[in-house]
Amino acid sequence: MVVPAEVGAIANLLANPWIRGAAGAVGFASVISGSLLILIWLERKFIARLQHRYGPNRVGKYGILQLVVDGIKLFTKEDIVPRDADKLIFTLAPIVGFAVALLPFLVIPIGENLIVSDLNIGILYLLAVSSLAVVPTLMAGWSPNNKYNLLGGMRAAAMMISYEVPMGLAIIGVVMLTGSLSMVDIVRAQEGMWFIIPQFIGFVVFVVAAFVEAARLPFDLPEAESELVQGWTTEYSGMKFAMLLFAEYIHSILASLLIAILFLGGWYGPVLPGPVWLLLKTFLVLLVLMWMRATVPRVRIDQLLNIGWKILIPLALLNIAITGIYKLV
Amino acid sequence: MMPLRKFEYKELGEGRMVVNIGPQHPSTHGVLRMVVEVEGERVIKIIPVIGYLHRGIEKIFENRTYIQGIPLTDRLDYLSSMANNMAYCRTVEELLDVKVPERAEYIRVIILELQRIASHLCSIGFYGNDVGVTFTAMMYTFRERERILDLFESLCGARLTYNYVRIGGVSQDLPQGFEERAKETLDVIEKQVDEYEDFFSDNEIFLRRTQGVGVLSAKDAVNLGATGPVLRGSGVKTDTRVTDPYTIYDRFDWEVITGKDGDCFSRYYVWLNEIRQSIGIVRQALKDLPEGEIKAKLPKVLKPKPGEAYGRIESPRGELAFHIISDGSTNPYRVKIRSPAFCNLSLLPHVAEGWLIADLIAILGSLDPVFGEVDR
Repeated sequence: MVVPAEVGAIANLLANPWIRGAAGAVGFASVISGSLLILIWLERKFIARLQHRYGPNRVGKYGILQLVVDGIKLFTKEDIVPRDADKLIFTLAPIVGFAVALLPFLVIPIGENLIVSDLNIGILYLLAVSSLAVVPTLMAGWSPNNKYNLLGGMRAAAMMISYEVPMGLAIIGVVMLTGSLSMVDIVRAQEGMWFIIPQFIGFVVFVVAAFVEAARLPFDLPEAESELVQGWTTEYSGMKFAMLLFAEYIHSILASLLIAILFLGGWYGPVLPGPVWLLLKTFLVLLVLMWMRATVPRVRIDQLLNIGWKILIPLALLNIAITGIYKLV
Repeated sequence: MMPLRKFEYKELGEGRMVVNIGPQHPSTHGVLRMVVEVEGERVIKIIPVIGYLHRGIEKIFENRTYIQGIPLTDRLDYLSSMANNMAYCRTVEELLDVKVPERAEYIRVIILELQRIASHLCSIGFYGNDVGVTFTAMMYTFRERERILDLFESLCGARLTYNYVRIGGVSQDLPQGFEERAKETLDVIEKQVDEYEDFFSDNEIFLRRTQGVGVLSAKDAVNLGATGPVLRGSGVKTDTRVTDPYTIYDRFDWEVITGKDGDCFSRYYVWLNEIRQSIGIVRQALKDLPEGEIKAKLPKVLKPKPGEAYGRIESPRGELAFHIISDGSTNPYRVKIRSPAFCNLSLLPHVAEGWLIADLIAILGSLDPVFGEVDR
């Protein structure tokens, strides 16, 4: 039992930015890694049912322990570095990838006061940090000296850089309505009405761009297993592959969280407590992501870039114009 | 085999590299190796390298009696063993000049068309994998293919290598209740084919990935020796079942499906609609199925007169032919297999050069090679 005095002490302790930061980092890293295991299991199960098969069902009840077993397998595998690889960069890529994937969570508000750091430029920080994700991808693509890796890495770079533009432009509409760059303020502004209604065009643009950034089917061009074997992760195995895989999944979670926070009202919702609502919304977006993975073919790289530059960016600009007129009137 | 010395690095242009796709690669449909010269993602040059599944089947025929040769044909195009059996037996029957009983001919048509449905279902499912709907389409089409395999299992006990069509007839009569179960299966598949059409043909991404990609004009298709769905996809209305009706194909009412544009979508379209036509043929054959013998009376030891015979049929992949030379002994002197998958695969450089790597995979999938037959 925690008595009120101790709650106060903990609150005081958390007021210290260093302690708050450390606690947040540990908390997020462990919660995300833990939920990743469940999420991967869930995705395998969900997609399996869509595809008329059972999915994992051997290890544990409903195969729930399959991911633990897979994890043990990956982490005990021999750590292979290809002979002609740039060893330093090859080893650094998964570490950087994992770390960079976790950085944006610093400014994600899970609930009313549940945020590691309420930066007043939160969304700007988020865009800046998430655009770093292209660096480890390129590192992993270039360093193993493998052509499939290289092609995958180049595709990833082209994709991520092109789609950051519409993503940022879509966010501008939200920021204009809110009048603040802080993530908490953005959610608070949605108390009366979720931004999906006044910002519907922005929502569509953002969803597509965020899904592309998450690099999942139909936009999994960097991986594209039927074309590039395993794309930018072809040469990775064992622990390094596990870390890259985790980083990929964290990007999906982040994309879903952002959609929930920016357009679906964040923690607002009746009856249930705020964080539960946010998780529910995130989960729904994730389900859509998984559903898409099982139903649509992969687009081609030139088609993908065309959609980004020729359709999404004009749409996003149109959205900004409409929002501006709306604000003026 | 092609001389690979052509690809020395000093001969490569600026910004080009050689990617070696296969023989271990998720979507080469078996063990094809493609030495591909790319500029960025653009495919400049393709050299297909085959032979990784070569087992010397044509030579093995020479050391077997005529009847012992049938199981070898199962191992050619392993997705349509019945058609291979049929092509071989048809040629041997021509050598021996055998009259096949009526009922056997009907049973042959039924199983050949069922086999065509099963094979095309596979092709469509694998094609889904190639364009990126990983596993979904394949699991759906395999669900229906499974029903046909169950029928074949009840027929002869095997699910992949049937050895069912025999010289002068078929190995055994239809089991009890086969006709009802076949009709039921056809009803299910007919419904599911509509579902596949919704799944693929209504999907904007699929259309963009296949329409106008890998175009093979009718003239090129004929000149380069395309056959089967690839040839018909280019709009050439030809089918061995019509041009050289074997067994009793001239008695049924059906039409040859042709595509319009000769692109990947047309080839997919031909697969899909040939399934529908085959369903119709099987229904008609089941309706008219006569009673009677299922095998012609033949001596235990087959010794055809010296001479040669060339027999061809329309296998799911195109015109499959056997050329058998007999020297009057119990074994064939020489057997040559004209395999449609090989002919279609040889078009790959012509069709796929100049497209992106992603298209190369889609085009290869639409040519639908089976390596048991390409390499023999």
